[in-house]
This record gives sequence, C-alpha cells and structure tokens, in this order.
Amino acid sequence: MPTSVIKPVMSAEEAVKRITDGSSVMIGGFNYGGIPYTLVDALVDAGTKDLWLISNDTAYDDVGHGRLVVNGQIKKVTASHVGLNKSTQRLFNEKKLELELVPQGTFVERIRAGGFGLGGVLTPTGVGTVHEEGKQVIEVEGKRYILELPLRADVALIRAYRADRYGNLVYFGTNRNFNPAMATAADLVIAEVDAILEIGQIDPNDVVTPGILVDILVLKGDSYYASRT
Amino acid sequence: MLPVLDEEIARHRIARRVAMEFQDGDVVNLGIGIPTLVSDYIPENIRVIFQTENGVVGAGPKPEKEDLRFIGAGGRCLKPILGGALVASDMSFGLIRGGHLDATVLGALEVDQEGNLANWWIPGKMVPGMGGAMDLVTGAKHVIVATTHCTKKGDPKILPKCTLPLTGAKVVSLVVTEYCVLRMVSGEMVLEEIAPGVDLGEFKKVTPANYKVSDDLCQMKGCELE
Repeated sequence: MPTSVIKPVMSAEEAVKRITDGSSVMIGGFNYGGIPYTLVDALVDAGTKDLWLISNDTAYDDVGHGRLVVNGQIKKVTASHVGLNKSTQRLFNEKKLELELVPQGTFVERIRAGGFGLGGVLTPTGVGTVHEEGKQVIEVEGKRYILELPLRADVALIRAYRADRYGNLVYFGTNRNFNPAMATAADLVIAEVDAILEIGQIDPNDVVTPGILVDILVLKGDSYYASRT
Repeated sequence: MLPVLDEEIARHRIARRVAMEFQDGDVVNLGIGIPTLVSDYIPENIRVIFQTENGVVGAGPKPEKEDLRFIGAGGRCLKPILGGALVASDMSFGLIRGGHLDATVLGALEVDQEGNLANWWIPGKMVPGMGGAMDLVTGAKHVIVATTHCTKKGDPKILPKCTLPLTGAKVVSLVVTEYCVLRMVSGEMVLEEIAPGVDLGEFKKVTPANYKVSDDLCQMKGCELE
C-alpha cells in the first residue's frame, strides 16, 4: 500500500509547531461545540503570536480559542459574533485588536468560496446596512447583492468525530458546524478526532470530508470540553 | 401611566402571543432571550419545526441527561427530535437565506415604523456582532420582533427611525411587546392589538413611531390566559 495517502498522526504539541508567527488560522466551532480543544490548548502553550484568527466566534475568555485572545496571541479576528468573550470586546475597544465582523451565513460562504475556487459570492445579507459600506453591490434581475470575497487561511484546525487512516472524516451532533467548510479552505488542515480507524471502517457513503483535504490527524485529549464534546 | 408589569409576566405574555402566529408545519428559528420562551407556548394542535443556526433542523427540548455534543445556538443542550436532521453551517445558512424558514423571532434594541431593525451593535459600547441575525432577517419569510416595549431605562424602542446600525432594512413583519401587537402592512405600521388596561394616549407617549390604529383593534390575544 502506498504510504503517501496514510495521514500522519501527531501529538497536538507537535502538530501546532507547523503554525508560525503571523499565520492566518481558521478554527472550527460554534459557541463551545465543535472546537478542536486539544489543538487550541497546545497553540496557547506554544505561544505563537500575531495570528489572524478566522472563527465563527471567539468562544469564552477561558474556553477554547478565547484563550488565544486573552493570551495576546491574536492581532486580528474575523468572526460573526464575539459577544461571549469579554476580552475580545475590550481589546477591540482599546484598539489592541483588529476585528472584522461578518454575518454568519456570509462568513461560511466566504470560506466555501475560498475552498471551492470561486471568486466570491453574491448575497442579499447586509444590503441597506453598514455591512454594505465599502463593498461592491451588484444588481441581478432587479435585486441587490453584496459581493463577498473568498476567505482562505494558512492553517485550519478542525474538529471531527472519527477519521480513518486516509483522513476521511465523519462528524457528530452539532460539532459539525464550520469544520467541513474550513477543511477545504486552508493550505494545511489539521483534524482533531475522537478516534482513528483502519481503512474500511468508515463507509465511503458516510464520509463528509474526504481525506484528500486533511494533512495531519491528532487524537483529542481529556480536557473538560475535549472529553465532553 | 401604563400598567407596570412584572418582568417575567411581560416576557411570557410576549412569548405566548408570538406562538399564536405560527401555522402547522412552519419552520422557525428562535433567537436568544424572550424568543427562546416561544417554544413553550406552541398550540397543541400544530407542529412547528425549530431550526437552530448552528445546525439542527428539528430541535427538541432540553434532555434529562446533558450531552454537550448537541447544543442550540445559545449553548443550551438539546435533543434533536426523531426525524430531525443535523447539518453543517453552510447548509444551515442556505436554509435561512434561501427562504426555507417560515419565521424568525428576534429581540430588538430598536425597531422603526419602516420595519427596520437594529439589534447587534451599540457603537462605542457593546460590540457582540451580528452572528446569524442579518441572514435570518434577510431570508426568513416572516421576521417577528419579540421585545419589551421600552429599554430597562424606560426609553422607547419603537421609533420613527432607528438610530443604531441596522441588522436589516425594511425586514420586520410583526412587533410583539407586553403592551401591543404592531404589524407591518404594505410598509405601514398598524396597531392591531393592545394589552388590557393600556390607555391609547399613554401608549402613544412611549411609542414615538407613527402607526395607524387598526379599525379592528382588539385586546392582545392570550392576555386572558394569564
């Protein structure tokens, strides 16, 4: 069997060494669901700086990637909602953090555009609001749409339920959220999973993220949320 | 003076009235706060499918045993109903933006007589972000605003024109507060129902928006059940 299609399994500590200062990093999750906690905690420990965080929200001050914000590792956040993390709001108000807020449906479509080779998407969301300012508005069949540009990252840290050795992924519950989209839109994709199975143990019919998109597999750890989500 | 209501009574009055708007088979997204209470008041003779923007179609009640792998948008555990579906965010917002939702119920910082809604940002103070709200008000067939009539400080929320950044322009279908039901009809705000004990003159003082009083103005439905 060719070994190139077998995905390397690493510790979280080893995997996050691939992330360098100044990188753009997508992190999956919505609220506390579907966050790759073990990878995020390792990134906090690594202290990698000046990161551009692309995630739906910034979790909580002491939970998940919220910790990266508190730890001063983030220079810019692109998200749809940061209301649960007081530090994100405080640092933004103190002008210590750049914040780009994007409607959630637009956020995922921009990532999809980045991963699927599209030059952007046209969405009616935000027309007639401040979100429209500075963006190109295009009229199609009498209706106005905002042109939203693709979003990609150097690295995506995603969370799935199970992988096989090829990196094929299946998801569980509401942990799926942004993870499958992010798996398409980064140069390096690191997936944290509950279990790594042998080839054939995941039915091809059930695969959501094909393994060709995944570069590194990491088993989840036993922290409070990693073990419960 | 308008009747002073206990906050809990006000919140539940609003939720009960909103729940009367749905039809059998409707797909509905409920926001955080008062909108969350709406699911407790769905009439027994209809079935409503609740959608949560983090990826549940057919969200059920809080389970006896918590499983953090199934949560709603507000982070509370839930159990998908039998026959429900779990989807990724692109599908979830495809459903929302694509017109597959019959209604969305949201709170408001401000709403105005043109049907504009502001509920995501107070410049210089609070910057929580719009989350899914801008997509929801753009895509859902009916946008129902469920809010207390005034802010905690007593300032009116139903205005001639929103002063805060908008979530959506001309998107609101219905406004339900503890004192009234206001419906947008052909671009005009119409007072259709008023709560018991509310004097229309006093009501006007806390409702600066221009609204028309319906010829069929009646008592706010559901108040008789309190």
